[in-house]
Amino acid sequence: MLKPNPCPGKLIVVEGIDGSGKSTQIDLLHKWLLEMGKSVYFSEWNSSPLVKSTTKLGKQEKMFTPTTFSLIQAADFANRWENQFLPMLKAGVIVLADRYAFTGFARDVARGVDAKWVRNLYTFCYQPDLVLYFQISIDDAVERITSSRARIKYYEAGMDLNLSEKKVTSFRLFQERILQEYDRMSKEFNFKVIDATRPIQKQQKEIRQMVSFALKGWRGLPNPVQSSRDHNKREKLSQTNRERSNG
Amino acid sequence: MAKALFYGAGFPYLDVKKLPGKLIVLEGTDGVGRSTQVELLRKWLEKNGNAVSDTGLRRSPLTQPGLDVARKGNTLTPLTISLFYATDFADRLENQIIPALKAGFYVLSDRYFYSIIARDIVRGIDPKWARNLYGFALVPDVVFYLKAEVETLVTRIVHGRGFEYWEAGMDISKADNLYDSFVEYQTCMIDQFDQMAKEYNFHVVNANKSVKEINIDIKEQLQKILEN
Repeated sequence: MLKPNPCPGKLIVVEGIDGSGKSTQIDLLHKWLLEMGKSVYFSEWNSSPLVKSTTKLGKQEKMFTPTTFSLIQAADFANRWENQFLPMLKAGVIVLADRYAFTGFARDVARGVDAKWVRNLYTFCYQPDLVLYFQISIDDAVERITSSRARIKYYEAGMDLNLSEKKVTSFRLFQERILQEYDRMSKEFNFKVIDATRPIQKQQKEIRQMVSFALKGWRGLPNPVQSSRDHNKREKLSQTNRERSNG
Repeated sequence: MAKALFYGAGFPYLDVKKLPGKLIVLEGTDGVGRSTQVELLRKWLEKNGNAVSDTGLRRSPLTQPGLDVARKGNTLTPLTISLFYATDFADRLENQIIPALKAGFYVLSDRYFYSIIARDIVRGIDPKWARNLYGFALVPDVVFYLKAEVETLVTRIVHGRGFEYWEAGMDISKADNLYDSFVEYQTCMIDQFDQMAKEYNFHVVNANKSVKEINIDIKEQLQKILEN
């Protein structure tokens, strides 16, 4: 259980295994919101400049254990939470996140870390206003990854777990575990399931509807032009009121 | 420790049932003389024919470079630094401390996660969250808490390495100088250690005494504990 978001801003998150197409969809969503003039902030997994060098070192030298991997990812997330997510949400912005705490839960538990422990790790963050979960079968995901990308990375394939010496086989086995974890979390964290095998455009249409619904009641940041107009209106109103009481 | 005992779930994917070595922790604030005592203890243990391995905060090869850079910047917010330290600690525990204990070594740890929790809590981190975070930590065979008055710490710092930004807690201080900040910060830290002393079964050592007296005290207590 995560705390509900008490801030004026809205938090929208995409989740799913590699190859589910979530980054494509959040990118389209991001551009759409910007075009409509909304204040949006976008953040992706593993992108804190402060933690990046350590993650890179650990990956390059294959130094991570399941626990240290989990902790460094949480450090990266925490750094973005404190410097980006939280201030933006407090300011009233729509925050879009490509992966969230749930990625940590799914991957870390798939690596053998205690599920309760890793859930405690992320209790500082809020339950998003909308979690879009891109559901895809393991066959389809593997098909997409192997046909599009030249090389699957070591940790992405879960090679650290010694599941198989073959990268593609290991990737499949590891992602299968992650998939199981996602499905287990679906109810716990109120995932809205998107069928990631449908045409991109159809998915986007569905997503935009869900987002519009989630943004109901969102006031946005005060638009400078709008607020000065409001100010003039208020002035006029109070003037009329004064005149009335005088008369 | 014959049987490995963890504060929480430990490392579920690791096989750590039998650890014939001993994990000995020296805790206490900055300037209390921990590293001197670790050195003395090491010599004494080795003289008696024991293999010794020592460790201390921020010594993990995984996190040391990144943490050193981060400590110079200004975006190192409390949660991030807390998790960075936890990564350092976990890395040393899994890759250094546990293997050494498996091999029957005495591991001398200059601080443990108690120090990290104390500094986190002083910076506004939720105490319960911090304790749960270290559910992977091994319960040591013994924890010596070197306890001294702030005046003693000040004297040692002045005659030793001098005041330093982080040891003085300047990152959270409103004071305009290192001395006031140090006194204020270390007072809060001592308060945190005192609260943990019972919870984590610390063996309190009066660290206002001389180096030699402290050493004798530690050795006597240690002998008694190891005999049991």
